[in-house]
Amino acid sequence: MELTGAQILLECLKEQGVDTVFGYPGGTILNVYDALTQEPDIHHILVSHEQGASHAADGYARSTGKVGVCFATSGPGCTNLVTGIATAYMDSSPIVAITCNVSENLLGKDSFQEVDITGITMPITKWNYMVRKVSELADVVREAFLVAKSGRPGPVLIDIAKDVTSAVYDYRYLPPAEHRSHGRLGSLVERRDDGLRVPSVDAADVDTLVEMIEASKKPLLICGGGVVRSRAHEEFNRFANVADAPVAITLMGAGGFRGRDPLTTGMIGMHGSQASNMAVDNCDLLIAFGCRFSDRVALNPKTFAQQAAIVQVDVDRSEINKNVHVTHHIVGDAKRVLEMLLERLPQQDHAEWKDFVFSFPTETEYDEGGDHLTPKQISDVVARMLPQDTIVTTDVGQHQMWVAQHFHYEYPGQLITSGGFGTMGFGLGAAIGAQVGNPGKRVIHVTGDGSFRMNCNELATEEHYGLPIITLIYDNEVLGMVRQWQTLIYGKRYSQTTLDRPPDWVKLAEAYGLSGARVSTSEELEAALTEALACGHGYVIDCVIGKDEMVRPMVSGGQHITNFIAV
Amino acid sequence: MDSIDTTRRRSISVLVDNEAGVLSQVSRMFSRKGYNIESLAVGTTADPTVSRITIEVLADDDQIDLLCNQLRKLLAVHSVKLLDASKSIRRELVLIKIKTETSEVCNRVIQIANIFRASVIDVSSTTITLALIGEESKTDAIVDLVREFGILELVRTGMVAIERGTRTIYDQTKERGEFDYGKNVLREGL
Repeated sequence: MELTGAQILLECLKEQGVDTVFGYPGGTILNVYDALTQEPDIHHILVSHEQGASHAADGYARSTGKVGVCFATSGPGCTNLVTGIATAYMDSSPIVAITCNVSENLLGKDSFQEVDITGITMPITKWNYMVRKVSELADVVREAFLVAKSGRPGPVLIDIAKDVTSAVYDYRYLPPAEHRSHGRLGSLVERRDDGLRVPSVDAADVDTLVEMIEASKKPLLICGGGVVRSRAHEEFNRFANVADAPVAITLMGAGGFRGRDPLTTGMIGMHGSQASNMAVDNCDLLIAFGCRFSDRVALNPKTFAQQAAIVQVDVDRSEINKNVHVTHHIVGDAKRVLEMLLERLPQQDHAEWKDFVFSFPTETEYDEGGDHLTPKQISDVVARMLPQDTIVTTDVGQHQMWVAQHFHYEYPGQLITSGGFGTMGFGLGAAIGAQVGNPGKRVIHVTGDGSFRMNCNELATEEHYGLPIITLIYDNEVLGMVRQWQTLIYGKRYSQTTLDRPPDWVKLAEAYGLSGARVSTSEELEAALTEALACGHGYVIDCVIGKDEMVRPMVSGGQHITNFIAV
Repeated sequence: MDSIDTTRRRSISVLVDNEAGVLSQVSRMFSRKGYNIESLAVGTTADPTVSRITIEVLADDDQIDLLCNQLRKLLAVHSVKLLDASKSIRRELVLIKIKTETSEVCNRVIQIANIFRASVIDVSSTTITLALIGEESKTDAIVDLVREFGILELVRTGMVAIERGTRTIYDQTKERGEFDYGKNVLREGL
C-alpha cells in the first residue's frame, strides 16, 4: 500500500499497539501532525512544553510497563526533550522519542531549527537513529521499539528528515511477531542467534548462590529498580520469605517489595533507615537484585558491606563490578533468576539476625509541627484517605525522600520518581503520563515549591484533558534539600536557597482553571483532600511545612553507610 | 594498602556495525572518562557490514575493565577484546617524507631504509618518501635516525593488532553471552 512517510510512521506505531502519544508540533514535523488528523486510533496529548511530553511518555511507560512515545519538532523542540530522555535513560525507562529534522537538502547547513539531535542524545539513549530514506523508516521504527523494551530497557530516539515524511513508499503491515525476522532487525537477531549467546540464565551461577545463602547466617537482600522493571514483585516476595532475610529497598526499587512487609527495613543509602544501613554494615551475605550500587546507595564503595560476600543479580553485565566489587554475579532478568532460586532454595530461618536488624528503626519519627505540617503527618493523612493503589509521582528534593520513606508502595510502578538523574520538574509531566495510562487509578503528584515552579505550565495540559491529578506541594519557601546541605555542611550560609517570593499556588491553580487550597494542619489537609477527591478535576494542595525540617537519617556522600550526620 | 599502579598502554579490538555514528559512539566512551586515545585504526573486516576498531589507550587494570564493559554495552558493538601484549602482534604503517637536498643525503636515507626494510615509495629532486611497517620500537628508531635530515611530513595509520595462534575475536565466551543478555533483541522485555 502506497503511503507517505508520515502515514507509515503512524501505521508502525499502531503495529506496536501505541494508542497514546505526547507531543508538540512544529515546522518539520507538520506532515506527521497532518497525517494524525486522519488517524482516529492514536490519541495525541498536546503538552505545554516538550519537556513535559518527554516526562509524560516516561510516566506512562513506568506506570503501564508499555513503551511511552513522544513527538517533537526539530531544533528547540527536540532539545527540550533532552532532560526527559536523560531522565528515562538513568532510570531504564522504555520510551521512543520521535523527532523530525530539516529536509535532506538542508541538513548540515545550519538551517532554521536544525540541530544534530542524534549527536546530542548519543550518551543518553540506548540507541538512536537518523532516517534519511523512506524505505528504511518502517524497519527503523520496528527496531527502535524492540531495542527500547528488550533486555535492560531505555530510551530510543528516531530523527526523521522532513522530506522522508512526505515521500511515498510501499508499506506492508507486519505483525510484531515477525519483526525479528525482517530487514535490519533480522540481521541484528541473526548476528546474536548463534547458540551460546541465546540468552539464558546460567544454572550453575544460581546453584552457587543457593549454596552461599545456605551457608549464610546474616543475609540481606536489596530490592532495586530491576525488580520493578521486570515486574518481579511476586517472585521477590516469595524469595524473601523463603530466604527469611531482611529486605532493604532502593529508591528505584520502591514497589518491588511491599513497603509494609515485616521483612522490610525501609530505604537504603544516603537517606536510608538506620535498620537498612546497619544491616548492610553487619550482614555476611548481601544479594542485590537490579541495583547498580549508585553513590546514593553505596556511599563509600570501599567500605560498603565490608563484612559480606556481595552478590549482584543484573540484566546488564556492564553493571557488574562497576561501582562495587562483588564476590559473585548472575546475569539475567530478575524474574527469571528469582524463579530459578525458588525452585532450588529450601526454607531458611534467620530469627536471631532479624531481631538484631529490626532493633533499629525502619522509619524516622518527627516532632509535631505546631503551626505547620510535618512530612509524617502529610503521609499519614494521604495514606488514610487515598486508595491503596494510588500512583505517586514526585519531583526531586526533600519531598521526594519523605515520600520514599513514609509512603508504602505495594506494586511496581506505584512510585514514579527520577532517581538516577534527579530531575526537578519531572513529577507533573510524569503524573499526566501515569493518569492517561491508568484512567481508573488515582494519581497524585507530590512536589516541593522549588520543583513545582519548574514545569507547573503542564497544569494547562492537566486541565484541558480533564485529568483529576492531585498536586501536593510540600511548601517550605526554600529549596529544602540544598538548604539542608547548607545547614549541615556549609555553616548555615543559605546561598540562593530562599524562595520567599512564591506565587500564590492556589491562585495559580485557579488561573489554569483548576482549584486548590492552602493547608497547615492535618484537619485542613483532610478537608482539602476530601474536596480534591470529589471535584473530578485537577486540584493543587499547598501544604505548609517548616523550612528547617530535614530529611533524616542522613549520611554524607562518600561516607561510610552508618556514619549518620542526622538521625 | 594501595595496590601498585598498573597503568600502561593497552590495545583493545572492537567489532562494530559498519554504520554512521558508531565510531563516535565508541570514541565518546574514552573522552567521557578523560582518556586520550593514543592510537586508533578502523577498517572493515572480511564481512563488509562489520568494522574492526583497534584502539590504544593508557589505562590501569580497573579503568580498562570499566571502559571495555561500557563499550560492550553499546548496541552496535558485537564484541570487545582486550589484547594481551605477549600473545598478540601489533603493527602500524608509517609514511615519512624526508628532505634530501643532496644525493649524498638521499643515499644515506636509502641505506637506512634498507637496514629497516622500509620501502622507498616516492622520490623527487629534493625529497624521498619511505613506507615502514612495524611496532613502535622499529618505527621510532628509524624516525630518530632520519630526523637530522629533516622530516617534512610523518603519518601513521594507527596500530592494528591481532592475537597469535588459533584464538580470534569471534570466539564465544560466557562473558560475551552475558553482555548480550542485557542488549539482546531476541526476546521481549517483560
